[in-house]
Amino acid sequence: VSISIDDVRHIATLARLGLTDDRAASLVQELNTILGHMDELSKVDTAGVQEAIGVGARGLPTRTDAGPPIPLERSLDAFAPSLREGLLLVPRLSSHESTEEA
Amino acid sequence: VISATPSAAQLRDDTVRGRTEPSATVTSAIARARDVGAGRDHLNIFAHTNDDDARTHASSCLEQMSDTTPGLLLGVPIAIKDNIATLTLPTTCGSHILEGYVSPYEATAVRKLREAGAIPFGKTNMDEFAMGSSTEHSAYGPTRNPLAPDRVPGGSSGGSAAAVAAGIVSIALGSETGGSVRQPASFCGIVGVKPTYGRVSRFGLVAFASSLDNIGVCGATVDDAARGLHAVAGYDWFDSTSANIPVPDYHEARAGSVKGMVIGKPKEYFPETLDPRIRARCDEALERLRELGAEIRDVSLPNTAMAIPAYYIVAPAEASSNLARFDGVRYGLRIEGDGLRGMYEATRSQGFGAEVTRRILLGTYVLSAGYYDAYYRKAQQVRTLIAADFSRVFASGVDVLFTPTTPTTAFRIGAISDPYEMYMSDIFTVTANLAGVPAMSQPIGLVDGLPVGGQFMAAHFDEMAMFTAAYALERAQAAEARA
Repeated sequence: VSISIDDVRHIATLARLGLTDDRAASLVQELNTILGHMDELSKVDTAGVQEAIGVGARGLPTRTDAGPPIPLERSLDAFAPSLREGLLLVPRLSSHESTEEA
Repeated sequence: VISATPSAAQLRDDTVRGRTEPSATVTSAIARARDVGAGRDHLNIFAHTNDDDARTHASSCLEQMSDTTPGLLLGVPIAIKDNIATLTLPTTCGSHILEGYVSPYEATAVRKLREAGAIPFGKTNMDEFAMGSSTEHSAYGPTRNPLAPDRVPGGSSGGSAAAVAAGIVSIALGSETGGSVRQPASFCGIVGVKPTYGRVSRFGLVAFASSLDNIGVCGATVDDAARGLHAVAGYDWFDSTSANIPVPDYHEARAGSVKGMVIGKPKEYFPETLDPRIRARCDEALERLRELGAEIRDVSLPNTAMAIPAYYIVAPAEASSNLARFDGVRYGLRIEGDGLRGMYEATRSQGFGAEVTRRILLGTYVLSAGYYDAYYRKAQQVRTLIAADFSRVFASGVDVLFTPTTPTTAFRIGAISDPYEMYMSDIFTVTANLAGVPAMSQPIGLVDGLPVGGQFMAAHFDEMAMFTAAYALERAQAAEARA
């Protein structure tokens, strides 16, 4: 498998990363070198082998979706840019038209 | 190790008996940091320090003095890696993208340290988001090895290892995803412990690769590391992967013996290409253990060679997901671009350094349609095989494994520019993270004046076995040095 410049552009878009042309070109070479080493894995016979789920003998621990809230040491209004009716308001982008007070 | 700070046990004892005031201990640590050149212009050990903050913690730790049982680390200053959340100092992961971020909650490990009477002392420099093996890839610039300032301290917990090696603190918290505590411990001539996955809560540790991440401990000695780990270990509701399994007193392992212990020597960690001088230091350590009554047994972990390729697929894959949250909206840096997507792309491309960008792209690629089976699924299957290697060896009666920690000693700053060559620095350490087993590095001698680390690995939750062997080896080394 070999990565092309179009592949790098595509995954950069998926990852929300802006790349200059020079950086994209160097990444083609860097990623192909790294993935060349990863191709070693294809030599391992993994027929019938379960993918790792969780770590170690305990598998993936689960718990009820309940419990105490995150123990915030500072209240929301101490670190949120702005609060309204319990919701966090983040700064508006300058490129967005301001239709109301942020 | 440049021995300057008393051991954690000594400092606690002196504090309890009133022979040392915590404020005086902090003043000494500040002076020591200044004297060794820990600042940005030389060793560059810390990302964030605040002398007044350390003094405030020193005052509040005294409140523990009235307790019937003073904390295990009363009056002991402890440095903390910059990816572990603290309330009063910033938590920036050595990254421009988290510039100025102060967490509204505290990592469980830090809370437990404070409850044990310890004094949080500065946030240590690190490779950005813990991605690196040299602490050269930080927004704050490289950290230098206190023992050889033209060389790297290892990474990514290079600042934590350097803070201990420079004698500023006896204990520092680090984090591990593929060897980021053990490898710098090896390069800096100190002790570094990665506990079993689940032993220490990850709550408040900024996520890199969640199935591999651990909080680990750097210590000047085995005892310092054992006490540090004991203080932070234990179940925590806020980390669903933390294990509700009793925590033994690791420092009690000091009374143990290796007589009758079976120590496995896995052949894959002693390849023909291994530096013969590092092999010699390992053989000397194994000979000492044999003289103490341990049985040294040749064993095999046949899938070891596949650990680096598997790790560098699984870890970037998880990182590409975990680091999606740094988008210019929720944390730190924001750089405006063309619309919302333009803002995301501008913030992330200017906020992340080259190695983080490379790994996010690698992770995105191996998870993307058409490549998932060939890379990610395959790597997770190989991970199962690597874990099975360990299970089989420990089930056969081996108590601990002994290996070199790293294939080389500390290299010169700037010497490694090829990413994959840097990744190979973790060749002997990533296996423990993939399998979730505990492992530790301790000094076993020098090559050309630079420290060499030896690594013990044990079965899940059997940190006591590796601490028992580590204490015994350290004692034997000390006795030989005196003779």
